[in-house]
Amino acid sequence: MADYPHDLLYHPEHDWARIDGDVATLGITWFAQDSLGEVVFFDPPAVGTQVRQGESYAEVESVKAVSDVIAPLSGEIVEVNEALGDAPETINDDPYGDGWMVKVRCSDPSERDALLDADAYAAQLA
Amino acid sequence: MAAAASETLRRTALFDRHAAAGARLVPFAGWEMPVQYAGVREEHLAVRERAGMFDVSHMGEVETRGPDALAFLQRMLSNDVAAIPLGGAQYTVLCREDGGVLDDLFTYRLADDRFLTVTNAANHARDIAWLRAHAGGFDVELVDRLDDYAMLAVQGPAARGLLAPLVDGELPARFHTAELRVAGVPALVCGTGYTGEDGAELLCGPADAGAIWDALLAAGVAPAGLAARDTLRLEACYHLYGNDLMESRGPIEAGLGWCCKEATGFVGSEAVAAVRASGPAERLVPFAFTGPGIPRQGNAVVGGGEVTSGTLSPCLGVGVGMAYVPADRAAVGTALEIDVRGKLRAAVVKDKPLYRKDG
Repeated sequence: MADYPHDLLYHPEHDWARIDGDVATLGITWFAQDSLGEVVFFDPPAVGTQVRQGESYAEVESVKAVSDVIAPLSGEIVEVNEALGDAPETINDDPYGDGWMVKVRCSDPSERDALLDADAYAAQLA
Repeated sequence: MAAAASETLRRTALFDRHAAAGARLVPFAGWEMPVQYAGVREEHLAVRERAGMFDVSHMGEVETRGPDALAFLQRMLSNDVAAIPLGGAQYTVLCREDGGVLDDLFTYRLADDRFLTVTNAANHARDIAWLRAHAGGFDVELVDRLDDYAMLAVQGPAARGLLAPLVDGELPARFHTAELRVAGVPALVCGTGYTGEDGAELLCGPADAGAIWDALLAAGVAPAGLAARDTLRLEACYHLYGNDLMESRGPIEAGLGWCCKEATGFVGSEAVAAVRASGPAERLVPFAFTGPGIPRQGNAVVGGGEVTSGTLSPCLGVGVGMAYVPADRAAVGTALEIDVRGKLRAAVVKDKPLYRKDG
């Protein structure tokens, strides 16, 4: 069922960020994976790639559709979830846990102010 | 998210049952149709391994009747309509004068002078207008039967076995039809399908569709949506109009020369004969990726050509599709490169069908 954990920040394009110091772990929300349906392919970017807030950094595909994954924060990718290559369905099964996509070293802490908390994100879905 | 459609979407007779079954309903060719229930992969495998059912009531029907019904359809349809036995079914295409494909169709012969032709939803109105525009001089009546029929496809290795106890007679053989009672209601049962599996398609009055649906559901047939129908037909290499067939290309290019009998003199036969004689410049081929990625409609083939259908094959576990490629690159085994949104993906031309039960 729909779930939006309170320890995360959200981008309106259905992406989340878990911030730990200057590194943020990124993924897509329950709503995003539910809308997409069964994820069958995740094409991760390379470590070292610069991502920009509000821009696509990866693609996630269901049987029927391709969807851009939007970066909630800017920075350099320091790690990608290689396990999603063999098990992209993890994005459906555990979108906030093992279904994480990349870790980013954030370049601009002030960007966090533009993100939504769980209640505000859930409210915009209603 | 998609913007709300301003047009009014039509609903099939089974709409409430789809909603109750948890279907995701989406706009498709002017209809609000179930795209998936439990999940595409699960529904796909249910059809491959056991049995699934699809509401395809959005598809259109045209009845052609009268003394010249046969002569008229022979003039309009690419295949040899005279070869359809009473109660038989035949796949065919509808061509423009220049050979461009207007639709692909199934025609059922209900009587010597009465035929029922199943159209694609998006083409139905255009098909009827085209047929009527060419009916001058023929003693024939064309009746739009879209509103008179709901249509269910029951497909899978167990489909016939699960359907048989619900029917008051013998199920028709492949490419044959029978007027039977199914779950107590009258239906035209056709030994046809669009999945590469055995099964039947059932045409019945919209008010009777619920009884058949309920009986099949109770028998253990899994509801399957349009998304699984698409992955199943693509593994079987069946064409989808609007993807693999279009007015700008002809049936020879599409690999449908087998259902074009130019000797019958159908509209477009001269153009089709010319392409058959000279050889087409491009051909539609099935292909599979040899590495990661999923092809999609509109992806360019490096060196010329384009993908017209693509998906991840649930049975094969790799990206598969169909593409028009230059004729000299259409041989089975030819290596292709496909540009998937800027990334070149390796593929190889395959034989039809992409998926075969016995490997």
